[in-house]
Amino acid sequence: MDTMVGFGATLLGMLRDILPIAAILFGFQALVLRRKIKNPARVGVGMVFVVIGLTLFLEGLQNALFPIGRLMAQQLTAPEFIYHASEAAAGPPHWMDFLWIYAFAAAIGFATTVAEPALIAVAIKAKQVSGGTITVKGLRYAVAVGVAIGVAVGTFRIVTGTPLHWFIIGGYIVVIIQTLSASRLIIPLAYDSGGVTTSTVTVPLVAALGLGLAETIPGRSAVMDGFGLIAFASLFPIVTVLAYAQLTEWLAGRRDKNSQQK
Amino acid sequence: MHPADNPLVSHPRKKDRIRVIWRRFRRAIEPLTDSALALLPIILVIAFFQFLVLRQPIPRLGDMLGGVLEVLLGLALFVRGLQLALFPIGEEMAYNFLRKGNLWWLLVFAFALGFGTTVAEPALIAIAEEAARIAADGQVIAASAEAQGQYAIGLRLTVALAVGIALVIGVFRILKGWPVQYLIIGGYFGVVLMTAFAPPEIIGIAYDSGGVTTSTVTVPLVAALGIGLAQTIHGRDPLIDGFGLIAFASLTPMIFVMGFGMLY
Repeated sequence: MDTMVGFGATLLGMLRDILPIAAILFGFQALVLRRKIKNPARVGVGMVFVVIGLTLFLEGLQNALFPIGRLMAQQLTAPEFIYHASEAAAGPPHWMDFLWIYAFAAAIGFATTVAEPALIAVAIKAKQVSGGTITVKGLRYAVAVGVAIGVAVGTFRIVTGTPLHWFIIGGYIVVIIQTLSASRLIIPLAYDSGGVTTSTVTVPLVAALGLGLAETIPGRSAVMDGFGLIAFASLFPIVTVLAYAQLTEWLAGRRDKNSQQK
Repeated sequence: MHPADNPLVSHPRKKDRIRVIWRRFRRAIEPLTDSALALLPIILVIAFFQFLVLRQPIPRLGDMLGGVLEVLLGLALFVRGLQLALFPIGEEMAYNFLRKGNLWWLLVFAFALGFGTTVAEPALIAIAEEAARIAADGQVIAASAEAQGQYAIGLRLTVALAVGIALVIGVFRILKGWPVQYLIIGGYFGVVLMTAFAPPEIIGIAYDSGGVTTSTVTVPLVAALGIGLAQTIHGRDPLIDGFGLIAFASLTPMIFVMGFGMLY
């Protein structure tokens, strides 16, 4: 019974989110373009699939993965776990005390990104458009590695208390340098992959980690330091996707050279 | 020739039939196996940290298994719905707008899509409320519920405006065929410049607001719209010109939110 009520509530929320989008689409289609949609039955079924699919997806996340993910973020950032009894009184924490948290941040960043539906959508499109040169898995893993590095660096920043903008500006400089030498085929997709990484699955877990960490460490405030992890998770994928493309290009170039020499 | 050896006549042999059924079955469950693969890393990470690092059992294992099944089924349905509805709608509308020939309407549509999908985005609502609380704590605004509500709505409208403008710029870029990197790097300079002047409390929220604006339903629509435009306009490449809209939509909110913080 409870699950039915929960499902109903999530479904209503989902319909409320989709309503403005549907209104804009059909409003323009009917009033401005004045054309009938091709295959209305197919599109209708597809929309139902999207709504029910996302509802089930969110419901499942809320029932199964978010509670335990949040609980783990809390336990890993709890003082009892970080400071072993002997060191507890030894003054301010050293950044090395947090190795498990960096590992958890990277692992959860990677894992949630691989499951992110918006990223799957973009990867499917990228595969279609590139004629299969860009694979769905290749792009998703490249982006997920980026998020993993981003969230790990982000937690390190919360621990050390370095201002957020130095990291972001540094990241921008790396992106600009990579852009100068990257193939122009990959640049737009790489930039886009920064924005799609952080939605349904990643944000709740990563935000819980950031806020938990900022509350535990003396001298950090949740409001000033808890934010910013999502910014890291949207910047680093650009770097890793560009790097992945540059690496495969370089390897292909080397292979060509070798085969020419033979 | 014996009829059974004639390649032009099909003879469904039992073995082949089983193979066909097996292949059909595999194709039918492919979305489910794909979503299982997508979900596997999360389960492994949780299991590893729960059992080996924290050394605790999993609470309410039954609920968790049920939830995992829901997530699997939901993801498979969503991906199917993408291909049936969201991708075709985005591409068809791009084609129809270009056929109509009135590009002003296309830009109006781009703005409406960006603004309309963002203003009601739940992740943004949560961040805006959090930001209002911070502003009240920092005595930027009065601590009353009314002042906080106004601040949160102002912030939401600012981000929605930013995403609407981002899609207008992005669509205009596709029409013109400009390279995406000049505009994005220009945007980076905008972010850096605003960071120097914006009040420090707003910077974290501004940077995060860039990431949360693009929802799971908007992303496929916007991607399909961009690719549809690039495929229809002569001389545009879908890979070079079609992507990039989402990048704009996650960059402009940072600049706009810092501007909002400076005005308040």
